[in-house]
Amino acid sequence: MKLTSRSKVVSNKEQSFSESLYLPGIIKGMSITLSHLFKRRATVKYPDELRPMAGVYRGQHVLKRDDIGAERCTACGLCAVACPAEAITMESAERKKGEEGMYREEKYARIYEINMLRCIFCGLCEEACPKEAIFLTDKIVDTEYEREDFIYGKDKLVEKMTARIDVTKRQTKEVIEFKKLPGLKHNELFDGKSLNKGKKH
Amino acid sequence: MIAFLIYKTIICVCVFGLSLGVAAYSTWWERKFASFLQDRVGPDRAGPFGLLQPLADGGKMFFKEEIIPNVSNRFLFILGPSLFMITSLMTGAIIPWSKDVTIGGVVYPMQITDINIGILYLLGVASIGVYGIMIGGWASNNKFALLGAVRASSQMISYEIAMGISVIALIITTGGTLSLREIVAQQDAGLCNFVYQPLGFLIFFICALAETNRAPFDLAECESELVGGYHTEYSSMKLGLFLFAEYINMFVSSAIMAGFYFGGYNFPFAHEFYNAIGLAEGSWLISLIGFGCYFTKIFLFICLFMWVRWTLPRFRYDQLMNLGWKILLPLSLLNLAITVVVEYFRGNIHF
Repeated sequence: MKLTSRSKVVSNKEQSFSESLYLPGIIKGMSITLSHLFKRRATVKYPDELRPMAGVYRGQHVLKRDDIGAERCTACGLCAVACPAEAITMESAERKKGEEGMYREEKYARIYEINMLRCIFCGLCEEACPKEAIFLTDKIVDTEYEREDFIYGKDKLVEKMTARIDVTKRQTKEVIEFKKLPGLKHNELFDGKSLNKGKKH
Repeated sequence: MIAFLIYKTIICVCVFGLSLGVAAYSTWWERKFASFLQDRVGPDRAGPFGLLQPLADGGKMFFKEEIIPNVSNRFLFILGPSLFMITSLMTGAIIPWSKDVTIGGVVYPMQITDINIGILYLLGVASIGVYGIMIGGWASNNKFALLGAVRASSQMISYEIAMGISVIALIITTGGTLSLREIVAQQDAGLCNFVYQPLGFLIFFICALAETNRAPFDLAECESELVGGYHTEYSSMKLGLFLFAEYINMFVSSAIMAGFYFGGYNFPFAHEFYNAIGLAEGSWLISLIGFGCYFTKIFLFICLFMWVRWTLPRFRYDQLMNLGWKILLPLSLLNLAITVVVEYFRGNIHF
């Protein structure tokens, strides 16, 4: 039935006899679905099964401690400057006597906060850090109910002594070799009383 | 008499439990099978391979809030799903599940009852089933539900004709018996009826898809047009009954197709096989093997139903009616005519 004189048939291709039977088409379609019965499932059962992650995956940050457990961060603020999303804020404080085991340098970060909602996980903070204090890890930031909870303080960022995080995969061979050089400020170790200048470890 | 009653009770309970169990696990297998066809995993959280999923679904259905609309007809609203469920369970009564078992000289048929007009009973009960949908859809007092119900009933009526005629052709090839038991028993020795009625089977299968409201003929619950179709207003276990009864219908129609066209509990070289392992007629082991064979066929048919569902898109309503009246009906009449001519020359019809 023609409803209007302006109607046009878009395609004037007639159905062939086998097309009008539909059965060949149906069988073709069903063979396609059947072939999928034997195909590999694309699903990764996420919490049980993890997709392999790159060693340099950029996830949640960690503020590293050194070998004896002192915080490496000296609150220089280079990470905050490097941060394109302006996600990092910090407040510095002076190390007091007797705190040498807690903080590696004379100055340390009293407050160190990263807003995980602002963070774009670019890794520039990691690159900017001269003290090898901040690293990105392969941990994925948890979900929260409140926006405030996404502002991670030192309680969440600083590495726990009971659960050390291995970041060697994130460092190039050259860096690791370079770090071993004696005489570097980097390798000065605190033995409990005083800094052990230039001692190879 | 007491023994007879006990035997009938046992077999009734068995068939009832079997229908419900298969329907429950059909929901699980439907989702699993669909996911396999779509390269997914499907439900796998509840128990091993998600096997407890039907229990979880059933539990969810029970604990959902039960809403009966104020403007609905309360009695009919409850009657709808009940009727649909009852009729779908009733059709299982005439299916011969396996060979008879002889215990102490008494023959126990593995069938609830053998009616000599079994096929008529089947078509009758199946057509009452649509009343459940109609009543439920009408009593909801909702336009979508009503449209769904009207669609379901007109679809049932349209496809029952072609189905009936294809069954008539089948009855002619099986020598005029309407008893399911005899139809299945006849395929014991020779070829199964599918060989004589391939076109009839195709028509019957398409009509069975339509009768069970399965895709591509699930226009009665077409969610893109009718929200939920006839069960739009239903919630809780009454919705569960509708969905569940559909799976029982699928199970029973698979059983009927396997019985009508593929020999039911028979399989090729059954007698040679039984002789070879030394089983006498009437042994419970033969019955068990026969049941296993029947069940395998039913399972394959259920898979076919699901396979079709997850491949073909839904029909448009006018296409559905065109297919039913302009294609399937003439085709089934043609099949009937061919069958009559062939059977006349084979000497099975006498005037």
